[in-house]
Amino acid sequence: MSPSISLTINGEARAVALDDPRVTLLDLLRERLDLPGTKKGCDRGQCGACTVLVDGRRVNSCLTLAATLDGAEITTIEGLALGEELHPVQAAFIENDAFQCGYCTPGQIMSAVGLISEGSAGDDPERIREGMSGNICRCAAYHGITIAVQEATRNMIRTDKEDAA
Amino acid sequence: MSVAKPLPHDAAKLHVTGAARYVDDMPVPADCLHLAFGLSTVAAGRITSIDFDPVRDYPGVVGVWRAKDLPGPCDCSPSNHDEPLLAGNTIRYLGQPVFLVAATSHHAARHAVRAVKMEVQKRDAILTVDEAMAAESRFEEGPRIWKRGDAGEAIDAAPHRIEGRIEMGGQEHFYLEGQAALAFPQEGGDMVVHSSTQHPSEIQHKVADALGVPMHAVRVETRRMGGGFGGKESQGNALAIACAVVAQATGRPVKMRYDRDDDMTITGKRHDFRIDYCAGFDDEGRLLGVEFEQFTRCGWAQDLSLPVADRAMLHADNAYYIPAMRVESHRLKTNTQSATAFRGFGGPQGMLGIERVLDHVAHTLGRDPLEVRRLNYYAPTKGGAAPRPPAADSPRDILAKKKELEAHPDEDLTSRGAQDVTPDSSPAPTVPEGVQTTHYGQPVEDFILHEMTERLAESCNYAERRRAVAAWNAENPVLKRGLALTPVKFGISFTLTHLNQAGALVHVYQDGSISMNHGGTEMGQGLFQKVAQVAATSFGVPLESVKITATDTGKVPNTSATAASSGSDLNGMAVKAACDEIRERMAEHLAKLHQDNPRDVRFEEGMVKVGGERIPFAEAAQLCYMGRVSLSATGFYKVPKLNWDRLKGQGRPFFYFAYGAACSEVVVDTLTGEHRTLATHILHDCGSSLNPAIDRGQVEGGFVQGAGWLTSEELVWDETGRLRTHAPSTYKIPACSDRPDVFEVELWDGRNIEETIYRSKAVGEPPFMLGISVLMALSDAVAACGTGYPSLDAPATPERVLAAVRKLRDGV
Ligand code: FES
Ligand code: FES
Repeated sequence: MSPSISLTINGEARAVALDDPRVTLLDLLRERLDLPGTKKGCDRGQCGACTVLVDGRRVNSCLTLAATLDGAEITTIEGLALGEELHPVQAAFIENDAFQCGYCTPGQIMSAVGLISEGSAGDDPERIREGMSGNICRCAAYHGITIAVQEATRNMIRTDKEDAA
Repeated sequence: MSVAKPLPHDAAKLHVTGAARYVDDMPVPADCLHLAFGLSTVAAGRITSIDFDPVRDYPGVVGVWRAKDLPGPCDCSPSNHDEPLLAGNTIRYLGQPVFLVAATSHHAARHAVRAVKMEVQKRDAILTVDEAMAAESRFEEGPRIWKRGDAGEAIDAAPHRIEGRIEMGGQEHFYLEGQAALAFPQEGGDMVVHSSTQHPSEIQHKVADALGVPMHAVRVETRRMGGGFGGKESQGNALAIACAVVAQATGRPVKMRYDRDDDMTITGKRHDFRIDYCAGFDDEGRLLGVEFEQFTRCGWAQDLSLPVADRAMLHADNAYYIPAMRVESHRLKTNTQSATAFRGFGGPQGMLGIERVLDHVAHTLGRDPLEVRRLNYYAPTKGGAAPRPPAADSPRDILAKKKELEAHPDEDLTSRGAQDVTPDSSPAPTVPEGVQTTHYGQPVEDFILHEMTERLAESCNYAERRRAVAAWNAENPVLKRGLALTPVKFGISFTLTHLNQAGALVHVYQDGSISMNHGGTEMGQGLFQKVAQVAATSFGVPLESVKITATDTGKVPNTSATAASSGSDLNGMAVKAACDEIRERMAEHLAKLHQDNPRDVRFEEGMVKVGGERIPFAEAAQLCYMGRVSLSATGFYKVPKLNWDRLKGQGRPFFYFAYGAACSEVVVDTLTGEHRTLATHILHDCGSSLNPAIDRGQVEGGFVQGAGWLTSEELVWDETGRLRTHAPSTYKIPACSDRPDVFEVELWDGRNIEETIYRSKAVGEPPFMLGISVLMALSDAVAACGTGYPSLDAPATPERVLAAVRKLRDGV
């Protein structure tokens, strides 16, 4: 019998049988769960295209074995917007032309969401660039990406403050 | 008016929500087969035995093919019919596909190929320029030579002379989405192929050829690519052909995508070059004569190497008037991946040659390189030249073309590799008074680099920073700074003249929505967006009314590759022609209804103004439909004025030139060779930009990619011919943190003097060469370590920079 795991993916609880115990989270998402928004750029942890959030932390899903994720909460690019309402990072990416071909974009956005919640970069462009340097953009939309992350960070801090007030 | 607005990408929302689909994301039926190639493990040799049993026995494997099992040679070449899909017994490079496995999953196919037992008798491989030259291993019968005047004599007579050599590496495309194709067999032997390609027409041609069916039996669709950069002009042929052949044999849908390792091992890259130079100049640094010898490793097959090498020759002048010049080009055949198109298509390599010469000249005379560059610029020209009638094909010409077609019956005429050797006998370009010509005889009619350089030098504070850099270097023994401002003049058009054509198909539906199709493909360059803006502007409707559908060979036939920066120029014009046609029909009908003059009908702000009334566009469309007016049209465009004889190296290969200039400042740690770019200021010419936001993105992206080519991206082959840098861990692509600390990009606000779409200029490739400023700045920094000339090769990795520093300091 194949082992099975239960996880929450984009807010939905799923039980998944693993026919191959070595399957990566990336392949699980793309090939089994019909979530091809997460991209495969290198399949060896070197480009960041496959970045998703596992329990709120950003990981390269191509390096993560699905079998290790029993009970985990996964957020992918498909689960970021609230219905029609875009996440502030998504909105900032559109606003600032933070992509060209778009292939790295899901990974960039998930990585940015993770970076912002880590809270270590703030809106300092230098630290943002450092914090985003694991996500390659071959089209080199880095200028837009940096500004988008900066802007989203500010917007999110502002909303948090307003919510607290 | 929709043109000239900074609007976001057409699929922006899809991209940020992960809903934008690429080939590998498309849902496939459960019976879909997946393919993988088995690759050769030596660079040259003969297969003596091969045992497939373990492959066949691998769980999930459905079939294995060798060359002899295919329906024919299944040629993948865009030019010379020298690229069989699978090697027979002769191996020509390490990584060459030898057999094909079909399995029920991608992983099964990938794992199964490794089970093969193959024995090969190795032969000596030809890997380097020297080895290829010694063995006379080349494409074409000998070197191609173009010249103006007697360069040798001019150099001998000149007061000063330098000689040198620059080596520059190739470049891996690393499109983030790897190569992929998906084939669906249809009734009656037809085939539908989805391909991540810049050239759907070529995929159609090659697949039809492999299957032995007419082109109408194959339909190719391309919605988008996750990056192309030239790497998907011909390199997708193999996957599409493999999928189609297996789909035909099994009746099942078939998908293939390369894993990154395979992609880097199998596919071609940018051509690396060695350029030897010799230049004669006067006391001020004015060039009097220059000789170049360009050597490029083309790899095992011809692919697009001839036009790439041609373009390197065509850019050997960059922005400089050189009275006597000789360019000799060697296209060498080596046992390596077949080098292919890459943004700039040889232009960057040729341009780097002359930029090196100017840097070297300035160093020799102890002058500021920017002064020497400006001194050598083409003469300034004001305004446009008088229009000339377009060249027409003469009857003699047509006969020659016919003969040529008979000589190459199954040639893919839409490829840049097509062998069009017939000289165009249309009249040579006339040269207006006071206008200088390039070394190949094209007048340089709108040379705006004097003004652009002036503006950029001022806005980036060149003179002051030059002094600051000198002061810094005088005080700091370890960290040295360098500064350079370099220009770009890049020729726009396919150098194979007949490719400069495009078609489009536009429909207006009765509810006023517009659907549009053209031959260009979208790879992130924003082409779809720009072309949709053209359509929206023509009809005076908001952009949301226009839908751009996937590129489809069933809708627009015989298209050229989306390449040579020509996408918006060609397709924008074709779409405009189709829109104009429909609009005229609509205007005529509506004018009749309202007793107005068709010429007075206006399409603006979603309305049609006719006979003093304003009716919504949708209503106008309905009225036209009711009046039985055709609301569908095709559009066609061909670029005027071109005339080029590539054998002689004479004529007008380019419709116009695009210009740019960049100033970069770097700092080098002379103990480690590590360096970083502190600031880059760019001024780039997009004519009247169709979409400044998209153009800016192209300029920034192009610069970063160009700087990557010249500083960090290093391809290394070992002595057995194995590519050692076949993953991003060993091949360093610029990351977010590598961007210059200060990065200012400005667009030059001017109109194209030629009649292009809304007087814009092409922007895909030209900014790539702005990256040359970084290499020249590094050379400047290294030069501060001693008195000699650094002769820095590219990519200027820390190792190379350190070696150059040591050579200058210790003479070793
Ligand atoms: S695909 Fe996971 S890091 Fe590249
Ligand atoms: S947008 Fe193309 S790789 Fe980032």
